[in-house]
Amino acid sequence: MNPDVADGAPVVLAARRVSKSFNGVQVLFSVNFELRAGEIHALMGENGAGKSTLVKILSGFEQPTSGEILLDGQPTKLPPNGQAEALGIVIIHQEFNLAEHLTVSESLFLGREVTRFGVLDRKFMRAETRRVLDQLGSHVDENALISSLSIADKQMVEIAKAISRDARIIFMDEPTAVLSREETNYLFRQVRKLRERGTSFVFVSHKLDEVMELTDRVTVLRDGQWVKTAPTSILDGESIAQLMVGRELSSLYPAKQEPSVDEDVMLSVAGLSTQYVQDASFDVRKGEILGFSGLIGSGRTELMEAVAGLRSRTAGEVSVRGTPVPAGDVHAANRVGIAYMTKDRKHKGLLLNSGMTANLTLQSLDRHGEHGYLSPKSEAAALERARRRFDIRVRDGRVVAGRMSGGNQQKLLLAKVMETEPDVIIIDEPTRGIDVGTKQQIYHFISALARDGKSIIVVSSEMPEIIGLCTRVAVMREGRIVGILEGEEISEQEIMRYSAGLKKKTAA
Amino acid sequence: MTASEDAAETSARGRTWRDIDLRAVAPFAALALLLIVGALVNPNFIGLNNLANVATRSAFIAIIAVGATFVISSGDLDLSVGSMVAFVASIMILFMNSGAIADPSLMLAAAVALTIIIGAGCGLANGLITTVGRIEPFIATLGTMGIYRGLTTWLSQGGAITLREPELQTLYRPAYFGTILGVPVPIVVILAVTIVAAFVLYRTRYGRHVVAVGSNSDVARYSGIPVNRVRTIAFVIQGVCVAIAVLLYVPRLGSTSATTGILWELQAITAVVVGGTALKGGAGRVWGTICGAFILELVGNIMLLSNFISEYLIGAIQGAIIIIAMLVQRSLVRKS
Repeated sequence: MNPDVADGAPVVLAARRVSKSFNGVQVLFSVNFELRAGEIHALMGENGAGKSTLVKILSGFEQPTSGEILLDGQPTKLPPNGQAEALGIVIIHQEFNLAEHLTVSESLFLGREVTRFGVLDRKFMRAETRRVLDQLGSHVDENALISSLSIADKQMVEIAKAISRDARIIFMDEPTAVLSREETNYLFRQVRKLRERGTSFVFVSHKLDEVMELTDRVTVLRDGQWVKTAPTSILDGESIAQLMVGRELSSLYPAKQEPSVDEDVMLSVAGLSTQYVQDASFDVRKGEILGFSGLIGSGRTELMEAVAGLRSRTAGEVSVRGTPVPAGDVHAANRVGIAYMTKDRKHKGLLLNSGMTANLTLQSLDRHGEHGYLSPKSEAAALERARRRFDIRVRDGRVVAGRMSGGNQQKLLLAKVMETEPDVIIIDEPTRGIDVGTKQQIYHFISALARDGKSIIVVSSEMPEIIGLCTRVAVMREGRIVGILEGEEISEQEIMRYSAGLKKKTAA
Repeated sequence: MTASEDAAETSARGRTWRDIDLRAVAPFAALALLLIVGALVNPNFIGLNNLANVATRSAFIAIIAVGATFVISSGDLDLSVGSMVAFVASIMILFMNSGAIADPSLMLAAAVALTIIIGAGCGLANGLITTVGRIEPFIATLGTMGIYRGLTTWLSQGGAITLREPELQTLYRPAYFGTILGVPVPIVVILAVTIVAAFVLYRTRYGRHVVAVGSNSDVARYSGIPVNRVRTIAFVIQGVCVAIAVLLYVPRLGSTSATTGILWELQAITAVVVGGTALKGGAGRVWGTICGAFILELVGNIMLLSNFISEYLIGAIQGAIIIIAMLVQRSLVRKS
């Protein structure tokens, strides 16, 4: 690597020729990385490229198999299990490490409470918390319970916690994955403020536009190898994507296939209500991809869970090919051919401690044997088929799902849902937290399924995804479908107008 | 890109020592170690007679623990099994004493059927209270533990319930003391129960559902698995296993009292955990459980045969074993 000396800022943390193997499988190959004081450094790569492993090594959670870590230029062995915090190195995880029932100031001082005469000095700790939050420009109440905070504010508390512990180096793993645009802007303002004061950030994200907006330099990894480190200013989204994938991303989205108008209606939902969703009606034809857009909390997931029988409904009819589907019965919905693919693959989709086979066939065990008796041979064949069909790449076929990369997990989840041979497939956030290469693959899988005559509903918060894939788009707002857009109407501005409540029309 | 390479790598490497799951092997290694220690302590220990004796005496806990493996794998816990043994055994003996059926063979058959039904019923009650009543299994079965024990005390009026019919006694005695092809009946029953249980847990849809529910009930629900039914059935299986243990227990002493089966729930849970089943659910090891039950009984046996530890310390040692087993399990998880 050739450090850009002109920048002048000293290197605070560096990895030099770092390699790492797990159980004999090498995941990092002699990687170099350096982080300067007061820079925001993006770490990019496809799922499985080795980003998480590198972050863990740089923060002491894993030790390198070979190579060395330099802290302020000195070779260092970082202490394990987060003790590197004492050296000013902090990771802010995707899933927060906050105890929900503590207050903000209790969280900030957790584990290093200040006492006076052996009694907690609450007053001092509250004042100190206020000071740190003010410094960040955050309005979070220091006495509020963590459980009452929005996700963005929780993130802010994590950052405040890092600062109050004199963090100089902060790793952020996909910090914006669960944030709205507004919250993201807020977060970025705080991050920039800290950069001015010399704090360094390593920013792991799949969102190219955010990387372009926020970061100073970018390092790209591919298949465990270092590919490039460059100032963000000389790159653009396209070139980063190419570096990550190592090939031209000719078309992220496959060509749209409009189903003919007289194609049969496969799924019909009429007047469906739940506790939150009101009077939702829509149809999906054979071979159609219908998008569901809307802000977070607009009721899309709740509606889809009600359609799939995972949630009870207070009114309305769901029918497949004209046959009504009983309410609140997942199994019945499965049987008539409705399958729902959750957006929460780690908590609702996959058994993280089980292998691929157990996950793949969980929803469709009756296909693998008679009278409840399972045939391992038939299951193994199903796995082989799924691995080929959905290009699930793993080094060891017996790996547990929790150790697979996000992209492979998502493919496995899609394969699992498809094992039930559904006619109507509801895909909630098809590409959350996965890299651009796998995204492209998933889009092509979805398109191929539609060509095969499946009816598909895509629920997504990523506008380009909805626009790129769907031939019709329903927009939801506060529990209602406020518009169904077709053809030329499908544009970012138009969808925004509906989801913000500026425009409205009755369901087509 | 790398897909074909990866596949090639996997097949070329084949099965190596690394593929062996240490957690599955650990209980059997511990069992082997105990056998060696026992042989060193007392040469009589390793004799076939002594070992068959130990296995026979472990039958009650082993069979109950097989049921507990299902409950624990599905993420629940049943504290009531010890009381349930006392309760089910009391009903069985009271029924046989009632003289409702004259013919001894018919009477015995009816008593066996009744016992299984009562056991299943007790399990069903535990299951429904936990799932339909949505009460933590720990609390729910703590409650039924008190109920079953209290009912037993009431049925026995604080004393013992003894099988009176000598004819029935003679007829029933071989169920514990007899042999089949030279193998004591209890050992045969352990084997039969374990084989069936292993088949159900590893090779049937229901077994897969149990593990899925215990591993993550949300994932199970989203996969269309009837979570509450799976959990309830696990409790019923536990009840049936308790009933089978009772069927062996009654001919042994021909009597029960309010103190029958005290702390058996602790031993059953210990056997399950020592056997490598995760207490938080999501993985069940039936053969490991049997191994765990043997280990508990062997430790007691070694203490009896040796002179350096008082046998009155058995309870303390068994308590220590569960803690050590947990520590060993966790260290093995870290390594893998």
